[in-house]
Amino acid sequence: MKTLPDQNGHFDVFGGRYAAETLMPALLELEEAYAKTQKDKTFAEEFDRYRREYAGRPTPLYYAERMTRMLGGAKIYLKREDLNHTGSHKINNTLGQALLARRMGRKKVIAETGAGQHGVATATVAALFGMECKIFMGEEDIRRQAPNVFRMKILGAEVVPVKSGTATLKDAMNEAMRYWVSSVRDTFYIIGTTAGPHPYPMMVRNFQSVIGREVKKQTVKAEGRNPDVLVACVGGGSNAMGLFYPFRHEKKVEMFGVEAAGRGMNTNEHSASINGGKIGILHGNKTYLLQDENGQVRDAYSIAAGLDYPGVGPEHAYFAQSGRAAYVTVTDEEAIGAFLFLSRQEGIIPALESSHAIAHAMKIAPKMKKSQILVVCLSGRGDKDARTIMETLQG
Amino acid sequence: MGRIGKKFEELRANKEKALIVYLTAGDPSLAATRELVLSLEKSGVNIVEIGVPFSDPTADGPVIQAASQRALKAGTTLRGVLELVAEIRRTSQIPILLFGYFNPIFAYGAEKFSQAAKDAGVDGILVVDLPPEEAGELRIFTDAAGIDFIALVAPTTGRDRLKTIVQDATGFLYYISITGVTGAAAPKVEDISREVGKIRKMTKLPIAVGFGISCADQARAIARIADGVVIGSAVVRRIDENRANSDCIQTVCAYVREIKEALS
Repeated sequence: MKTLPDQNGHFDVFGGRYAAETLMPALLELEEAYAKTQKDKTFAEEFDRYRREYAGRPTPLYYAERMTRMLGGAKIYLKREDLNHTGSHKINNTLGQALLARRMGRKKVIAETGAGQHGVATATVAALFGMECKIFMGEEDIRRQAPNVFRMKILGAEVVPVKSGTATLKDAMNEAMRYWVSSVRDTFYIIGTTAGPHPYPMMVRNFQSVIGREVKKQTVKAEGRNPDVLVACVGGGSNAMGLFYPFRHEKKVEMFGVEAAGRGMNTNEHSASINGGKIGILHGNKTYLLQDENGQVRDAYSIAAGLDYPGVGPEHAYFAQSGRAAYVTVTDEEAIGAFLFLSRQEGIIPALESSHAIAHAMKIAPKMKKSQILVVCLSGRGDKDARTIMETLQG
Repeated sequence: MGRIGKKFEELRANKEKALIVYLTAGDPSLAATRELVLSLEKSGVNIVEIGVPFSDPTADGPVIQAASQRALKAGTTLRGVLELVAEIRRTSQIPILLFGYFNPIFAYGAEKFSQAAKDAGVDGILVVDLPPEEAGELRIFTDAAGIDFIALVAPTTGRDRLKTIVQDATGFLYYISITGVTGAAAPKVEDISREVGKIRKMTKLPIAVGFGISCADQARAIARIADGVVIGSAVVRRIDENRANSDCIQTVCAYVREIKEALS
């Protein structure tokens, strides 16, 4: 496999910089500033210190014994990203980008958020570094992820409600990009996933790769070898790419990205852009996209707000096309089943997003040998979803 | 040279400035857009920019966002817009520029689109999310079809970048007068004057200025600096406000004539 992206941010035919001219100079400046930090030892040390002392890394790799026994197949390990400060993997990326913003002299940051996990992680680092913070969030998501909205406000961020479209993640990202076009001279846009124009997909991947690097070390320590299978949920795909990327050259390691099938792949209500979309261009990159035959982007749907996005990171599109990873789907119903299963069997309430990964693990683990190792990325904790779950159960 | 270039030459010879008007195709209907274009031409508009509606117009402000949504709800497609252009071409030689985002073109097929656009009588295209870095995949076909690829220059565009943009530009250069989305704040004339001056030193191509220009005074001031003025959101807003009135077209044309007078 080649080292990707190329210098223009392409992962083969995917990725790139499909951005308005007003933003291009900022993207080029960001790329240069990021490249500088990659050669800068003090940046790495600073980043590492915050990850360790502030975010609480490394996160544990937990052997889920009861889950393993009940499913009767592969040995299941959970990568506990839910134990990070703020409750999800999102802090890995926001710490990196905020440190970069600080080096670039930016005092204002903005972000889009779906489930609110990235919004909280951004509001957190903005508080930490004394930056002004605006979070764009769809009105529908504000309703279903209320606890995270409160957290962002407590942290001092302004939450800007977005009413356009289905008032979910895609619309929040549209509005954040519009705001950025108007404020690009002094504002840093902290994109939360491995999407957007170059260099974001590469940069976010690199910041999230700490997940996979730790898993590598941890499985070697626990089992003396690499895992056989990796499973992670994919909306934009940052936790999945963070887990997969360090294993990309390990040919024996199988990878599954789990997309949200919502109310079913035979309906229009899902968020599975790789399984149900076509190649297109949105939010600065070329990737698989849910769209109609006229190139209008379709509204995505998932019970998990963080997966409710009609695109997917361009490197996942590349992994799918090249066959490096397999992309499968899990419905709302299966995700709820997994949510309750993990809560009751392991005492861990997973985020609805991560529950999609758990659900797929529950499908494949029984068919695997007991000697095999399966690692699931438990990308976030599920407190934020308590209301959605209770409403659904009382339905 | 295409219709766009010829129009600017003709205007230059008469010491006139180009009035370029943007309309969202299909708002409120394609038939209405056609009528509007023909009436606007009679009211002194020199070039029309026909917006191809897109579901996620990230460079547009609320007015054009709403217009795009209405147009999409009314069933407007890129195919329909090309048919509209062909219709207009039966009776008018006004230079036509398509303005939009890349995905509808990509879904149509870049090569197929370029041929169809040429056949319909499209003179130029302006694709907001195709900076020079990514424009190649469309330009190989539009250049071959003789369609001008209008490049954008922003207030944030630096000197080196400007050089590259200018080198590859055809038709005219579109200077974005504000750091923002369409129809946002009023532009500052001094800043525009300075930036347009920089572009002039690098190219002989005409320079038009747009985004945020909404009244005759602004248009007059900018016409002293540039070769053309683009009015978009201000026109789209008037179409929306008067959609129910039988004199909608007259109202819009009266506004446009007012701007046109300010340019002369």
